[in-house]
Amino acid sequence: MLIHDALVLAADPAGLLPARQQMAFTLGWHIILASFGVAFPAMIFVAHWRGVMRDDATALVLAQRWAKVSAVLFAIGAVSGTVLSFEMGLLWPGLMGTFGDVLGLPFALEGLSFFVEAIFLGIYLYGWGRMPPRRHLLMVVPMAVAGVVGTFCVISVNAWMNTPAGFRIVDGEVTDVDPWAAMFNPIAGWQFAHMWLAAYMLVGFAIAGVYAVGMLRGRRDAHHRLGFLIPFGFASVAAVVQPVVGHLLGGGLGDRQPAKLAAFELATTTESPSPLRIGGLLVDGEVRWALDIPMLGSLIAQNSFTAPVRGLDTIPLRDQPPVNITHWAFQTMIGIGTLLALAVIVYWVLRWWRRQDLLERTWFLRFCAVSGPLAVIAVEAGWIATEVGRQPWVVYNVMRTSEAAGDHPGLWWLLATTVVVYTGLTVGAVLVLRSMARRWRLGEQDLPSPYGPQTRLSDRKPGREAS
Amino acid sequence: MTVELAVAMAMFVGLVAYAVFGGADFGSGFYDLTAGGAAHGAELRTEIDHSIGPVWEANHVWLIYVLVMWWTGFPTAFAAAMSTLILPLLLALLGIVLRGAGFAFRKFSPTLSQARVYGSLFAGSSLIAPFFLGTVAGAVASGRVPADGQGDRWSSWLNPTSLLVGVITVACCTFLAGSFLTADATRAGHRSLAAQLRRRTLLVGAVAGALVLGSLVPIARDAPTLAEGLTGRAAPLIVSSILGGMAALVLLLRRRVAAARVSAVIAVASVVVGWGAAQYPWLLVDEVTIADAAGAPATLRALLLVAALAGVIVIPSLVYLFRLTQSEQWAQG
Repeated sequence: MLIHDALVLAADPAGLLPARQQMAFTLGWHIILASFGVAFPAMIFVAHWRGVMRDDATALVLAQRWAKVSAVLFAIGAVSGTVLSFEMGLLWPGLMGTFGDVLGLPFALEGLSFFVEAIFLGIYLYGWGRMPPRRHLLMVVPMAVAGVVGTFCVISVNAWMNTPAGFRIVDGEVTDVDPWAAMFNPIAGWQFAHMWLAAYMLVGFAIAGVYAVGMLRGRRDAHHRLGFLIPFGFASVAAVVQPVVGHLLGGGLGDRQPAKLAAFELATTTESPSPLRIGGLLVDGEVRWALDIPMLGSLIAQNSFTAPVRGLDTIPLRDQPPVNITHWAFQTMIGIGTLLALAVIVYWVLRWWRRQDLLERTWFLRFCAVSGPLAVIAVEAGWIATEVGRQPWVVYNVMRTSEAAGDHPGLWWLLATTVVVYTGLTVGAVLVLRSMARRWRLGEQDLPSPYGPQTRLSDRKPGREAS
Repeated sequence: MTVELAVAMAMFVGLVAYAVFGGADFGSGFYDLTAGGAAHGAELRTEIDHSIGPVWEANHVWLIYVLVMWWTGFPTAFAAAMSTLILPLLLALLGIVLRGAGFAFRKFSPTLSQARVYGSLFAGSSLIAPFFLGTVAGAVASGRVPADGQGDRWSSWLNPTSLLVGVITVACCTFLAGSFLTADATRAGHRSLAAQLRRRTLLVGAVAGALVLGSLVPIARDAPTLAEGLTGRAAPLIVSSILGGMAALVLLLRRRVAAARVSAVIAVASVVVGWGAAQYPWLLVDEVTIADAAGAPATLRALLLVAALAGVIVIPSLVYLFRLTQSEQWAQG
């Protein structure tokens, strides 16, 4: 590992490492908010639909509150997404200058989705009480659809970096550009499905967790039950389907990106059949402290009892990703995903066949309370696994990340500033959202702006609730 | 018309829309910042919330649209501009981030003191973002972005044209915002607020006009290619901008606020279109032409499709949103 790191670092321009950390940090932050942009509208729609169509006042209150929460989350999601747009050019001029016209089309279409989302978000948020209820409800639909289309577009670009398509390189020049072939590259569909479900898991478990905490504190009313069940229902479907989609996305990875698969599986040598290696660390070329389950590696990764996972020893050191990070990130994602899938299966099986409601059980509610953070960790780990696992390439087998980076001095300063600003944004968002929840519990409905005519324009002690 | 010119024009339409609508949102920050203490400024700040709240995110997307059209249609020129102008772009980005977050947080602040913090972030950064975006425009227009992207990281935007364009951008945004807010306050029946906004918009308009006229000579000296275009091909647009600005001031004086808003839009849009016409056929002035910068033909054709889709999907939705915000029902409350 040490030799490997030294080798990689020696060849890199000064701007590479800070640019990678900057991208990882801002992308890792944005993906949480982007998930809300993708999945939250569908949940709001269900609550709002129930409220309007079934005349369910509880559901309508939920929809109204979730809409206000989404106003905060989508605003910071919009700006953190803008940061990424800028960073594509500022941090990776080599990538954008060379391949901008190959990979740009899905970004342009994503821009349109973002437009639709922002427009109908504005209409929806400000439409409460100002539009006929059914038409107002319909305004969520374009938002939800745009979220799906936008996800496909953005993920298609990342998939293209893994399986580049839609161009040829002749004498070092990019020619025969076909942006549609680049957009619909071999794994765009499966990778989209994987992230789409992940977004529903992240948002579903996170929102359900909020209401689980409320129930743990004794707030066991219809409001909390419905507030739990709608997002938990979405998360349940996504969590059960996700392992299947993940497996299908991983199929053929050994042929597409053997180094990534070897790192995922911590396969130092080619073994037939390959074991499933759980945990473990690569130290000086040796795998330590791993739990090997014979044959399972071949079965899961290659759909075969004998076909091996190609070992890292067959791949030149300069083409290998950082192995330990990739392996651990991958297994963290798989571990959490499996746990969440099992948990929802247990919940629904007990509910449907044994007529037993786990929402009565404290331990299950506690689990649900941490399921949101767990899903966030799984999503982050998945992104680390696929991104770090693709290194040292930015465009797999075509362009190295070091060739994409600029030569800017002082990017560490940018990273430091970004960490400070994003920490401030996180603290601000958490404070604002918690204050909203607190005021709702105290019976305030509309949450007027502090400058609004209803307020007294003086600081009062924020209300506290004995909980 | 060549495909690349059509794509460049589609991109530029987005830039004009961003300047006008995004600019008006940014400009609101000036009135928010100068609204006075909490009690005195409450009505104006509420009006600003109400006026830009439903539309600012949609208006912001024009910037994203311009960026993606640029990097997809003209990738090498995009990379060159981003590399040379990394500093003002990062500062503009900081303004954009703090503006959006500050605005959203303020609306749901539990206490006045928190609202003050978020509000000052929102208002201050609303002016920072257009200033630095203006310096970027000035750098491109005065030929300070070399084709290889290795331009000087400081003098490329710390020069007469960039700084003047930065200030003019802030002034124009503020003028636009004033005319929009005056019209909104009038329609909502907030008379004293409308009168106060009208006075301040007149003042801002006079300052903005003087700034534009006063910087013509220094910019002409500093950016000869741009000056040649401004006095040649783009001259009618500059005239239309001056007439639009004067008409807006006269209409404001005569309390014709709705018409004044249209005139203000014409004035600002004409300046921006005039800049584009003046620097044609250059994408990066004196360095790269639109034709030289063009990406792959298949991609340019696909981008025209995207632009057409924007015309079919985005524009009608946007018109619907704007119509709603201008309707009787939305003006109240």
